[in-house]
Amino acid sequence: MEAVVVKNLTKTYGKEKAVAVDDVSFSVDQGELFGLIGPDGAGKTSIFRILTTLLLPDGGAASVDGHDIVKDFRQIRSSVGYMPGKFSLYQDLTIEENLQFFATVFGTTIEENYHLIKDIYVQIEPFKTRRAGKLSGGMKQKLALCCALIHKPTTLFLDEPTTGVDPVSRKEFWEMLRRLKAQNITILVSTPYMDEASLCDRIALIQGGKILSIDTPQNIVSAYPDRLLAIKANEMYQLLKALEGYPEILNSYAFGEYAHATLRDAHASTDALQAYLRERGLTGVEVKEAEVTIEDSFIKLLH
Amino acid sequence: MKQFLAFVRKEFYHVLRDRRTLLILFGMPIAQILIFGFALTNEVKDSEILVVDYAKDNASQELLTKIGSSRYFNIRQAALSHKEILKTFQKGKIKAVVVFPANFNEDLLHHNKAQVQIITDASDVNTANMVTNYLSSIIMDYQNQVNQNLEIPYRITPEVRMLYNPQLKGAHGFVPGVMALVLLLVSVMMTAISIVREKETGTMEILLVSPFKPVLVIFAKAFPYLALSLVNVTAILLLSVFVLDLPVKGSVALLFAESTLFIITCLALGIFISIKTSSQQIAMLISLMGMLLPTMMFSGFLFPIENMPLPLQVISNIVPSKWFYIIVKSIMIKGLGLGALWKETLILFGMTVFLLLVSLKSFKIRLQ
Repeated sequence: MEAVVVKNLTKTYGKEKAVAVDDVSFSVDQGELFGLIGPDGAGKTSIFRILTTLLLPDGGAASVDGHDIVKDFRQIRSSVGYMPGKFSLYQDLTIEENLQFFATVFGTTIEENYHLIKDIYVQIEPFKTRRAGKLSGGMKQKLALCCALIHKPTTLFLDEPTTGVDPVSRKEFWEMLRRLKAQNITILVSTPYMDEASLCDRIALIQGGKILSIDTPQNIVSAYPDRLLAIKANEMYQLLKALEGYPEILNSYAFGEYAHATLRDAHASTDALQAYLRERGLTGVEVKEAEVTIEDSFIKLLH
Repeated sequence: MKQFLAFVRKEFYHVLRDRRTLLILFGMPIAQILIFGFALTNEVKDSEILVVDYAKDNASQELLTKIGSSRYFNIRQAALSHKEILKTFQKGKIKAVVVFPANFNEDLLHHNKAQVQIITDASDVNTANMVTNYLSSIIMDYQNQVNQNLEIPYRITPEVRMLYNPQLKGAHGFVPGVMALVLLLVSVMMTAISIVREKETGTMEILLVSPFKPVLVIFAKAFPYLALSLVNVTAILLLSVFVLDLPVKGSVALLFAESTLFIITCLALGIFISIKTSSQQIAMLISLMGMLLPTMMFSGFLFPIENMPLPLQVISNIVPSKWFYIIVKSIMIKGLGLGALWKETLILFGMTVFLLLVSLKSFKIRLQ
């Protein structure tokens, strides 16, 4: 069954009609962990706000759990969980008071749904009398997730939950999401981090309000059409300049300590390239086949 | 109901944990009532006055004792020439000079008429007026006293009676005025930032994606401030009775009921501002600037409304504190009951209902 259905959704802002969401369509199955992957300003937050009934779309339609986002906004508001990108709990209330408040607002108690948040809550419970404003970034996110979960939502909307969180906490956070998925909660998550994409069941790559591709992370990676090389040299900047000037190369960009480059001819030997780079005065040149990542796919889709 | 209580509790936490809010909420009213009640009274207490007594006879001495025994004046006797009087005034320490002519008692006995000269420092018009009034009334008092023992009165004097405030007590006019001003400012300002704060910190975004109803938000926001403002009313009244010596002549219960109504009017106004604005600063500015000036000008507390041009008199009708000022004055000082105040009460009630409905109507259930 489809938990979220989005059809030709469009949203513009202001008098200039700046397009934030441009004819977006996708659907999310019940119990699926679905990721919206894209850079800042791609339209992720707008889509989330439309689906959580906070914004009205200019065109198209969408439904959550079978409820129309415009007509049945009340049903959606009481059944979904939403965690905005910006930390939005009461900073002057303690962990416990925040959780208690949101439980009561949704007409439930902490005890009733404790099993849902137990794994996460035990990590912050030692600090439960501390005010939310005084928590670290990772703890804030855990608390926000608890508050979004406490009413046993059918669908969970997490807008950039790991932005500004340290790598260890990020990893923990994604492990928590996998466990929630096991409880049959549909999760929509957005992130600008490409490395998190592979942890989703399915992802939509989004840029400039448009969806570039929707598939499982594996399929997106394996659909990569070109041969990808990872190239290293002691002089990174000169290496990138040199790669741009090499006629056999379609596209090249920095990727960590390597430069990634795609070749026009998939079967060509890399000897010529190596020779070319040495000729340009580069030292420590190393060329090898690269493993395609979501980021490479994203960059390819952008060109 | 449980939701409502949880929300109210949360609002109480917000207020009680924010020292600045607490300071505004309780510090401001107490400070204002004390400042207005003591420092800024137009009452003249312990004024230094200078006496130039050329007569030095029975009558002048008796009159002097009478002036000296009032708590308004401290007498400094000095036999000076008129030239020196001017110099003493320039030093600014004395408020008035009383001059008795040489034949004061004789004039009084033989001509049935005597003169006393009162010279005041009119650079401060209010004080000068006040001092003159006090002195004249003391002199008149003396005159009446003397006349009692005589068949032929010395002089017919006009009777001056000051209604409701025979001693011209400063606090009389100020307590109702300060009450109207302080309750309005505190209630409007506090609620004005309360909803817009949730918008600014983003908590409104989560609240909206919940089963919460706008009407519940509005009432839950208003409730704690109503309770705290009633504490304020109690504090102001206690201060006025025990510190400023101004008792409540009418019914205290009625005064509290009317105060509750007025506070709700102000809270509704604050909520309306909060719903219409997008940042705490703007909300604060509007409630301070937009409320302080009209209240000062149009409540009748500093400037008599009857003396204003007609357009301004009309405008004054939409200022809630004007009506509340009338109500408090009538209950506290004149001791009137609801029978005499139903019109003002009804106007405040109407304003409240109107503001609440408009607020509810303009409460945005979405972000844009």
